[in-house]
Amino acid sequence: MTLLEINNLTVRYPTRFGEFTAIEAIDLNISEGEIHGLVGESGAGKSTIGAVVMGLLESPGYIASGNVNMLGTDLTTLNPTDYHKLRGNQLGMIFQDPQTSLNPLFTIADQLITTIQQHNEVSENSAREQAIALLDEVGIDDAEGRIDDFPHQFSGGMRQRVVIALVLCTNPKLIVADEPTTALDVSIQKRILVLLKDLARQRGVGILLITHDIGVIAEICDRVTVLRQGKVVEVGPTTNVIAQPTHEYTIGLMAAIPLIGKRLERFQNIIAEEAPSDDNTQWHVSGASAEYAEHWLHENYTLLQNQQQAVASANSDQAILVVNDLEVRYPPENPGWFRKNLGYQALSDIDFELNRGEVLGVVGESGSGKSTLAKAIVGLVDYTRGSISSNGIVLEPGSQRSRKHEARRRLQMIFQDPYSSLNNRRTVEQILAEPLKFYSLVDSRADRRKLLASVLQLVEMPQQALRKYPHQFSGGQRQRIAIARSLLCLPDLLICDEPTSALDVSIQAHVLNLLKDLQDEFNMAILFISHNLAVVRQMADRVVVLKDGEVVEQGDSDVFFTAPSAEYSKLLLRETPSLSILN
Amino acid sequence: MISYVARRLLQSVFVMLAVSLIAFTLFRFVGDPIAQMVGQETSLEDQARLRSEMGLNDPLITQYGRFVKNLATGEFGFSYRTRQPIGEMILSRLPATLELGFVSLLISLLLGIPAGIYTALNKDGFISNSILVATLVGVSVPTFVIGIFLIYLFGVTLGWLPTFGRGEVVEIGWWKTNLLTLDGWRSLILPALTLGVYQVTLTMRLIRSEMLEVLRTDYIKFAVARGIDYRTVHYRHALKNTMVPVITIIGLQFGGIIAFSIVTESVFQWPGMGLLFLDSIRYVDIPVMSVYLVLIALIFVVINLMVDLLYAVIDPRVRLKG
Repeated sequence: MTLLEINNLTVRYPTRFGEFTAIEAIDLNISEGEIHGLVGESGAGKSTIGAVVMGLLESPGYIASGNVNMLGTDLTTLNPTDYHKLRGNQLGMIFQDPQTSLNPLFTIADQLITTIQQHNEVSENSAREQAIALLDEVGIDDAEGRIDDFPHQFSGGMRQRVVIALVLCTNPKLIVADEPTTALDVSIQKRILVLLKDLARQRGVGILLITHDIGVIAEICDRVTVLRQGKVVEVGPTTNVIAQPTHEYTIGLMAAIPLIGKRLERFQNIIAEEAPSDDNTQWHVSGASAEYAEHWLHENYTLLQNQQQAVASANSDQAILVVNDLEVRYPPENPGWFRKNLGYQALSDIDFELNRGEVLGVVGESGSGKSTLAKAIVGLVDYTRGSISSNGIVLEPGSQRSRKHEARRRLQMIFQDPYSSLNNRRTVEQILAEPLKFYSLVDSRADRRKLLASVLQLVEMPQQALRKYPHQFSGGQRQRIAIARSLLCLPDLLICDEPTSALDVSIQAHVLNLLKDLQDEFNMAILFISHNLAVVRQMADRVVVLKDGEVVEQGDSDVFFTAPSAEYSKLLLRETPSLSILN
Repeated sequence: MISYVARRLLQSVFVMLAVSLIAFTLFRFVGDPIAQMVGQETSLEDQARLRSEMGLNDPLITQYGRFVKNLATGEFGFSYRTRQPIGEMILSRLPATLELGFVSLLISLLLGIPAGIYTALNKDGFISNSILVATLVGVSVPTFVIGIFLIYLFGVTLGWLPTFGRGEVVEIGWWKTNLLTLDGWRSLILPALTLGVYQVTLTMRLIRSEMLEVLRTDYIKFAVARGIDYRTVHYRHALKNTMVPVITIIGLQFGGIIAFSIVTESVFQWPGMGLLFLDSIRYVDIPVMSVYLVLIALIFVVINLMVDLLYAVIDPRVRLKG
């Protein structure tokens, strides 16, 4: 039986520059017990559809046409009071981040009981009993004992279960789940997805699952709708859409997804990123070209290498990075009064080596110490024991490492969030020129500009970008600017901390391709940190697996992905959505 | 929780020691205490005797130790000006200032909190915007101008309310209170309003911005998506979260009101500690000034401690961390 029927829905936002159409003429059906996936990249209008169904479209957005029928009622004609009665009762919503979707000042019991009593006239005691039964149903151990706890006493995965219990406690017929597992680790993601699937099957709840992650869709959705820029591109049963896409965009999207089972040399057939259309000037720097940048980089790399070999010929065969018995301990928040408080040990007994031209993948779940490792190497965090050396030269803990330490140039870092890693008050030219000035690599202003324009071309950006500010670019473009910036330092080792996790898949494919090309071309070493095993598969020659700050396994990438030895690695691999239907 | 309180207490002790050091320096080194105390006829021998009797020849550290010990045991010494014990002087002035501060805080909370909530919930309404514009005036006009304006309007032109003094007071032990007589209340209204106007605007704007922030959070959106009454969402879920940071500021405000009611007390000739402090400055009555300094610091420290404890009551995350 059809539960929800959206016909010809269009939502517009009036802006200063005219109306912006967020979604256009959308049709969508969900039956009882169906999990319907809504997939698309950022800006596709996925969340807008969720907001419309919930009646929580934020002003100034408005429904320009179409209707939303649920069990015979047109929701768009309801007045706000009636709509509010429907929320909780018939419609429920799960938010992305379980850390922020529970009120920190009220106990779980309080939040559950208020919600139950809001919709049913029951006594507090029976509401409490219902609440305990629900917590039990969503898989919280010792529900009776934990119901009076506060949200911060639960882990992320447990909190999302509490959220689901809160949504279920009024028996809604339809649940809108907006990226319900995006903020969770893979192993927890898997369990939450199984829980959602059981709910749909057992309770006959319809679920509208909004996500950017095709893996999640493949895992649990019955049918899927692919959106692009507010329009439906393709609809159908999940296996059809994912395994045999018919639309050009869907085909491109599927090709851009890194697969855990297969290493690609390059991603083929990917969707072109939208070029910024506002720039029609023919401004360019004469003589600048990608070839020039390549030439400059090669020349200087050779020069620097010769210098290094001349200085320390004995060390020339040393690995780019040797990490030995490394421990990082964060100082305690409150030093103990009477007993010694050693603080939190983020990393211990870390040993590995990284050679020239090699890509080492570092994987692990949140809290495993991946980012701490990166910070300890570049010197943003002090390590407390062990040693790090590069080309045989010792790298002291960050606060003791000299500002002028020559390794500071050779180790460059690319951060996760391209929105905060570029200074928004400086032009791209100022940003890119900084390493050249700081390391006195190019002194003449004209030469510098020529090189900067060239290097932008090398990372597939237009030269005109030089005169713009970072906020004028998309996430993928910003990440390429960040890559260009670190490239200009002529690094031996590039440390990439989740470089693509903030990006859409098609853009991720671009950036990964670029990194692979540059690494081949200039024979850099890369320390590639990611929670996404499929991405690491595409990049890494060797893999280090971290768990709770310790190395669980390290070895050749192909061996790790086909026959991991540690139990934990097997678990990680098993719980990553496999997308096996794609092969 | 116990270690949380213990840590706060220990910090408070250090703050008090630091302040008392400043007060001691003020007492000991701003002018010669003996020269201030005695008349011109006193012989040099008598002065020297007095100096050694008072222990002013002891090592500084001993003197400081004695100073702290005296303060801790309530021996505040004597005023240069009136020759009265400072403890008594302050005790007789304290109720006036505390009552004034308390009533003006009450005014600022009773007006500021509802206005803050209203302007947050009706963000772009006409009334909200009017309130915001009106409070801008409250922030920008200096306290003494407001005081003089109120005196002129209600005291001089309309003749409704007295313009100076405490009016009729009732004595409960050593505590003289305004709050039990009509005349006392009439005298209290104008100074309390003057002192409260600025606080009202501050409280209101703080509540408004905090609440707008809270209303944007996921847990509020989630509560709405669960169909919980808007009234419950706003006044239970959102307000409680709003109050967490606001309490700190309100606590500091209260301290500020007591410590810096000097201007208002002088405009209204309110016989509180502020006026006492002003007189002490005029006559370079250094012992009174240094005791006043320590006392104000103590008030701040106590209020801060109470705020910290209140924090722990409201926010479970603080409670468990300690």
